[in-house]
Amino acid sequence: MSQRLVNWFKFASPASFYPLAGKMWPWFAAIGTVLAAAGLWISFFVAPTDFQQGEGYRIIFIHVPASWMSMFIYCVMAFWAAIGITFNTRLSGMMSSALAPTGALFAFLSLWTGALWGKPMWGAWWVWDARLTSELILFFLYIGYIALTAAIDDPRRADKAGAIISLVGVVNVPIIYFSVKWWNTLHQGASVSLTKAPSMAATMLWGMLIMALAFWMYSIAIALYRVRAIILERERHTTWVAELPEMQR
Amino acid sequence: MNAFIAIVRRDLLLAARRKSEVLTALFFFMIVVSLFPLGIGPETAMLRRIAPGVLWVAALLAAMLSLNRLFAADHQDGTLEQMSLSPTPLALLVSGKVLAHWLTSGLPLVLLAPVLGLQFDLSPRALGVLMVSLLLGTPVLSLVGAIGAALTLGVRGGGVLLSLLVLPLYIPALIFGAGAVEADVAGLGAGGHLSLLGALLALGVFFAPWAATAALRIALE
Amino acid sequence: MLRVHGLACDRGDRRLFSAVDFSLAPGEWLQVEGANGAGKTSLLRMLAGLAPSADGHIEWDGQPVSDVRDEFHARLLYLGHAPAIKEDLSALENLQTAAAVAGRPLDEATALAALRRIGLKGREDLPARVLSQGQKRRVALARLLCSQARLWILDEPFVALDVAAVSLLCSILDEHLSRGGLLIFTSHQAVQLGGIGNTLRLGPDPDASRPRPTIAEVPA
Repeated sequence: MSQRLVNWFKFASPASFYPLAGKMWPWFAAIGTVLAAAGLWISFFVAPTDFQQGEGYRIIFIHVPASWMSMFIYCVMAFWAAIGITFNTRLSGMMSSALAPTGALFAFLSLWTGALWGKPMWGAWWVWDARLTSELILFFLYIGYIALTAAIDDPRRADKAGAIISLVGVVNVPIIYFSVKWWNTLHQGASVSLTKAPSMAATMLWGMLIMALAFWMYSIAIALYRVRAIILERERHTTWVAELPEMQR
Repeated sequence: MNAFIAIVRRDLLLAARRKSEVLTALFFFMIVVSLFPLGIGPETAMLRRIAPGVLWVAALLAAMLSLNRLFAADHQDGTLEQMSLSPTPLALLVSGKVLAHWLTSGLPLVLLAPVLGLQFDLSPRALGVLMVSLLLGTPVLSLVGAIGAALTLGVRGGGVLLSLLVLPLYIPALIFGAGAVEADVAGLGAGGHLSLLGALLALGVFFAPWAATAALRIALE
Repeated sequence: MLRVHGLACDRGDRRLFSAVDFSLAPGEWLQVEGANGAGKTSLLRMLAGLAPSADGHIEWDGQPVSDVRDEFHARLLYLGHAPAIKEDLSALENLQTAAAVAGRPLDEATALAALRRIGLKGREDLPARVLSQGQKRRVALARLLCSQARLWILDEPFVALDVAAVSLLCSILDEHLSRGGLLIFTSHQAVQLGGIGNTLRLGPDPDASRPRPTIAEVPA
C-alpha cells in the first residue's frame, strides 16, 4: 500500500510528470481524433432525422457533450484544487490552470451551439432556459478563475488563490443550478429541453456518448500538452529542464 | 471573543469617523433605483412588477462598492499581520470584520429599501417581505464578498476582478431574495424563498469566513 | 528557547539566503543586518510565523513552532515594517485595540501611562492622522511597554526616531532583556544593548545565479 502511495507522489513532481505527460498526450489525441470522426459520422449520416425537429437537432451531438464536459472539467479543477491545498503539491495547481481554458472553451461551445439550436426551435437566439442560464454562469466562473490567476504574478500564490475560488465555485455550482432551475419554473420559461428530445433513438444516444468520449480524450490530451508548457515555463531555471534534450538545441 | 468584539468595535468606530464612505454606497443605491423608472417609464403596474428585481440588483451593486476596502486598508497598514498573529483564530476575527461590514453597508440598505420601494408602489406587505429578504440576504453578500475581497487583495485591477469573481456567486441570493418579494406580490407566499435564503445565510456563516481566511493567508505570505 | 536551523528563503526563482542557524536564550538579543533586499524582513516574518520558509525549521522551547503555534503567538510580539496604526483612531484607541486583538486587553490607565512614557503626553486623544511619522512610530512602540510577551521581533524599530526616542527605546529593550526576554531586531545602525548579543549578517550573494550559504554568525 505504502509502495503505491510513494509511486503516486513520484509523479506529483513536475520533473517526473513532464516526460510521462509527453508520452501520453499523443495517444489521447489520436484516440480522440478517431472517436470524433466516428461520432461525427454517426451524428450526421447514421442517426435518423428527428420527426419533430428535422435536421437541426443534430447540433445536440456537439451541444450536450460540450455541456457535460464543461461541468465535469470544473469538478476536476476543484478536485485538483483540493489535492493542492491538502498535500501542497505544485503539480495540482498547474493541472487546474491547464484545465481552465479547456473548460471555458466547452462552456462557450455549449452556449454557442445552444443559441444555434435555439433559433430554429424557439425562434430566438437566446432563451432563459435553466440549463443555458446555468451554463452562462459556469462560463462566468471559468472567466473569473482565469482572470484571477492571470492577475497574480507569483505562480504559487496564483495557484492557491485559484484553488480557493474553484472550491468556492464548486460548492456554489449546484446551488446556482437549483436556484436557476427554480427561478425558471417560477417564471414558466421554455419547456423544451435539449436532452429530453422526444423518443431519443439508440443511435442518437450512441452518437452522443461517442462524442462525449472524444471530447474527453481531447481534454486530457490538451490538458497534458498545456501542463507541459506550464511546467517548462515555471521550472525554466532548474537543472532538470536545462538537461532536457529539447532544451539542448 | 474579546478580540472579536474589539475588531467589530474598531471597524464601526472607523466607519463612524469616515461616514462619507458609508453614505456614498447608500446614495449610489438610491440613485440606481431611481434611474429605473426614468429609463423604463412610470406605469405603476410595470414598476410594481420590476421593483423586487431592481431593488435587489441595486442592493447587490451597492454592497459590492464597499467590498474593496474590507481588507485593503488593514493589509496596507500592517493590521492584518497583527490579526494573524493574534492567539484568537483569524477566522473569528475575519467574521468580526464581516459583521462590521454588514452593519455599515448591508443594514443601512435594509432600512432604506422600503422607502425606495414606495417609489415603485409596493404594498406595505410586500415592503415588509422586501425588508426581511434583504435582512437575510445582505449578510450573504458580505460573507461571499469577503472571500472575493480577500482573494483580490493586492492584485492588479482588484476592483473589477472582484466584481467578476463575486457577482456570479451572488446569483442564488438574488434569485431567492427578489423571488420572495415577487412571490408575495403574486400572492404565492414568500416562506419558501425566505427559508432558502436563510439556508444560504447559514451556509455562508459556516464556510465563508474559513475560505476568506485561507485567501488572506495567501495574501499575507 | 528559540532555535533556528538551516532556514532558507526564496523570492521568485532566487534564493535570498540559506542555512541561517542560531539559537537565542532568555536575556539574549540578535541584531539582523544586511543590505537592502538581503531578506531581513523576510527572515523576521518567517520567524514570526507569517511566511513559510523554503527550508529549515524553527523551534520554540524544544518543539517545532508549527506544533505550538498558538502558544508561540501568545508569547510573541511582532512589530512589522508597517506600524499597524489606524489614521482615524487616536493614539489611545490604537493602543487599546491593538492590545485587545492580541488577546491582552489594556485598561485605560495602563495605556495612558505607556503613551506618556513613550513621549506622547498631551497627544493621547489626537487622531493618528495628525501625528508626525516619528510620533506614529512611538504609538506603535508604546505596545512594547504594555507587552507581556517573551519574544520581541522588531523590524527596524529605530527608524524615524529622534535621539531622545532612540535612547528611550534602548532602555525599554534593556528592561525587556533583563526580565529574561528574547529580542530579535533589524537595524542599519550599531546599537548598544545589555545582555548577550549576536549579529547576523545576511550578506549579498557573490554569484547571483548560484545561491550558496553566505551567512556568518558573529558573536558580539
